[in-house]
Amino acid sequence: MKKYLWPSIKLTIILIVLLGGLYPLFLSAVAKMAPGKGDGVKVVHNGKVVGYENIAQQFSDDKYFQPRPSTVNYNAAGSGGSNKAAGNPDYLKSVQERIDTFMVHNPEIKRTDIPVELVTASASGLDPDLSPAAALVQVPRIAKLRGIAPEKLKDLVAKNTKGPLLGLFGVPTINVLKLNIALDEMK
Amino acid sequence: MNTAIAGVIATYGITLLLAWPLSRYIVKVFKGDKTWLDFMSPLEKLFFKISGINPKEEMNWKQHMKALLTINLVWFIYAFFVLMFQDKLPLNPDGNPGQSADLAFNTAISFLVNCNLQHYSGETGVTYFTQLFVLAFLQFVSAATGIAALVVVFKALKEKTTTQLGNFWDIFLKTITRILLPISIVIALIFIFNGMPASFEGKDTVVTMQGDTVNVSRGPVAGFVAIKHLGTNGGGWFGANSAHPLENPNYITWMTEMVAQVVIPIAMVFALGLFIQRRKFANIIFAIMTLGMIILLIPSMQQEMAGNPAIAKLGIDQAAGAMEGKEVRFGAAATGYWSTVTTIISTGSVCGWHDSTMPMTGLMQMLGMMLNCLYGGCGVGILNYYIYIIIAVFISGLMVGRTPEFMGHKLEAREVKIAALITLLSPFLILAGTALSSWILVHYPDINWAVKPGAWLNNPGYHGFSEMLYEYTSSNANNGSGFEGLGDGNVFWNVSTGFVLILGRYLPIIGPVAIAGIMASKKYVPESAGTLRTDSLTFGAMTFAVIIILTALSYFPALVLGPIAEYFSL
Repeated sequence: MKKYLWPSIKLTIILIVLLGGLYPLFLSAVAKMAPGKGDGVKVVHNGKVVGYENIAQQFSDDKYFQPRPSTVNYNAAGSGGSNKAAGNPDYLKSVQERIDTFMVHNPEIKRTDIPVELVTASASGLDPDLSPAAALVQVPRIAKLRGIAPEKLKDLVAKNTKGPLLGLFGVPTINVLKLNIALDEMK
Repeated sequence: MNTAIAGVIATYGITLLLAWPLSRYIVKVFKGDKTWLDFMSPLEKLFFKISGINPKEEMNWKQHMKALLTINLVWFIYAFFVLMFQDKLPLNPDGNPGQSADLAFNTAISFLVNCNLQHYSGETGVTYFTQLFVLAFLQFVSAATGIAALVVVFKALKEKTTTQLGNFWDIFLKTITRILLPISIVIALIFIFNGMPASFEGKDTVVTMQGDTVNVSRGPVAGFVAIKHLGTNGGGWFGANSAHPLENPNYITWMTEMVAQVVIPIAMVFALGLFIQRRKFANIIFAIMTLGMIILLIPSMQQEMAGNPAIAKLGIDQAAGAMEGKEVRFGAAATGYWSTVTTIISTGSVCGWHDSTMPMTGLMQMLGMMLNCLYGGCGVGILNYYIYIIIAVFISGLMVGRTPEFMGHKLEAREVKIAALITLLSPFLILAGTALSSWILVHYPDINWAVKPGAWLNNPGYHGFSEMLYEYTSSNANNGSGFEGLGDGNVFWNVSTGFVLILGRYLPIIGPVAIAGIMASKKYVPESAGTLRTDSLTFGAMTFAVIIILTALSYFPALVLGPIAEYFSL
């Protein structure tokens, strides 16, 4: 063992500098050319930073599209999910409560039309997206509160939908923050 | 066909397309042939010169293992102390505290052994200094350790009779400079241009549209996530791992991370065939591994896409599948695929929480880790498979009544004993650990640990048992994923899984290297008509049967108490 100790220590020090130091420094330098300059991509609205493109934020007002439930209260100082098991009775009760709340705020929606992703917590607690179904199900409520024709809102949702990659791979998504900004900008 | 499934198939297809050229490249590197990265050569020579290493000195298998264990010990001591005192070191913009001794013990070992079980959250439990200089560093070198051990076995299998199996330092350093580092840079650049943070800026504070003040954790994420996957490590920069929208911003990064974590394990299988010039032998191994993956994958994806039957009873629309603990941008199909891949190879990163997946999916995840050889982690997957081959050769030998031979060498009592011990080690560690934690939970629920045993389960009933079973399975497999609801942030889990991690890492590396080293030093016996052909489909099926029988016998009772009972009670 002794024969290998000094080479081990010296090689370790060299590799710490190379892999722990130079490698991320090089990447951070390149990242200056990337969107967000490597600091994360921010969204600006009316000349003010209103959040990060990829981080969900809360919209409690019924006049906005609401994101998926978060177990970290939409604060990206941390991240995480509920880790509740499929059959956990407490968990099922909380889903039931979310369904009931949704029904109260969206009386025009049938229970069978509530998409599951709107009443289940995301993995990160920061899921910035909605599926088309989860956005469209909120359209009647917002249309009524804002006095906009539902058809116009559906168009807005469609316009803000990012289709699957190349139209072929993955699932369509809608960024809630951008959708709500577009909603505010509607005449 | 829907686009969610098409995305999964395309991702696997891309992996195969890249694995083939990569395997040819890997073989060139370890045979010492010319490659386009030869400009690294002066740098490597300089490193060796400073370190006082002669990279041309041939080692036998024991010398290889001594070098490997010595440098691993150095890393452990370094990591342990730096993690404990990280609060006193620079690059801590968020002011995070030092780790307690038991947590530092667990974290250091966990990253040292390529597992990345994380009993802390990335946002608060570590600093930029430790993320980069300890954790990312270990992610590189632990992957290189596994690959180096496998290359020793490659060399042993290739030669007729030899004790000279190359130089550990040479193989190890080239794995980093020629394979892991260059590919990681390419992957990280893809991430960076898809919006993943890479700067050293600390936590940001923003005021949202409706006026809430929230924080956003950031950091040099991209480089970390690249080696996290390429080296089958799996430890996340953020607590939410690859489900975090800054650690996995879109479908392109999803595909990249997914390809990155499987490409080396698959390429190493092809490389085996090329290196020892037995392509058919390697192709059959690849076929068996792929078959095993598909058997685990199909029920996982089906269950996740079908949704939670308990929620179906609530009468809502479950078209999206089981979305608890999943992200919209990946969806149920992709998350199901990820959960299988991350458990059969030893990555253990997640893009959706395994604790919230369906019981059958959980079963497949645990089986993937119990087998731990369907592609498997960087290097070590094939080492695990090699043990099963030895057992299969031995049993086949008994069946036909001949002294078993493998690759032109007699397989004798000593090698079979080592293989048997390694095979028995996993069930022992997993089942004894689970039994111990269950016993403590029942008899001493109120011990004054940071998390009391009575409170460490996040879910009641069968699933609670699964949380403990999963934790030890993941530790033994050096996987690192978890049923993360488990309150594992106390001295019991930190220490007990720490020891399982060490044993589950080093013995399954030393065992196969020892067997291969001993066999290679024996007299070469040319193949004859009576030799068991190990490159036939029959032998492939035999190995597969051995794997299934051993796994079923070892784990079936425990799995019945956990995910299977949960499935039938849902």
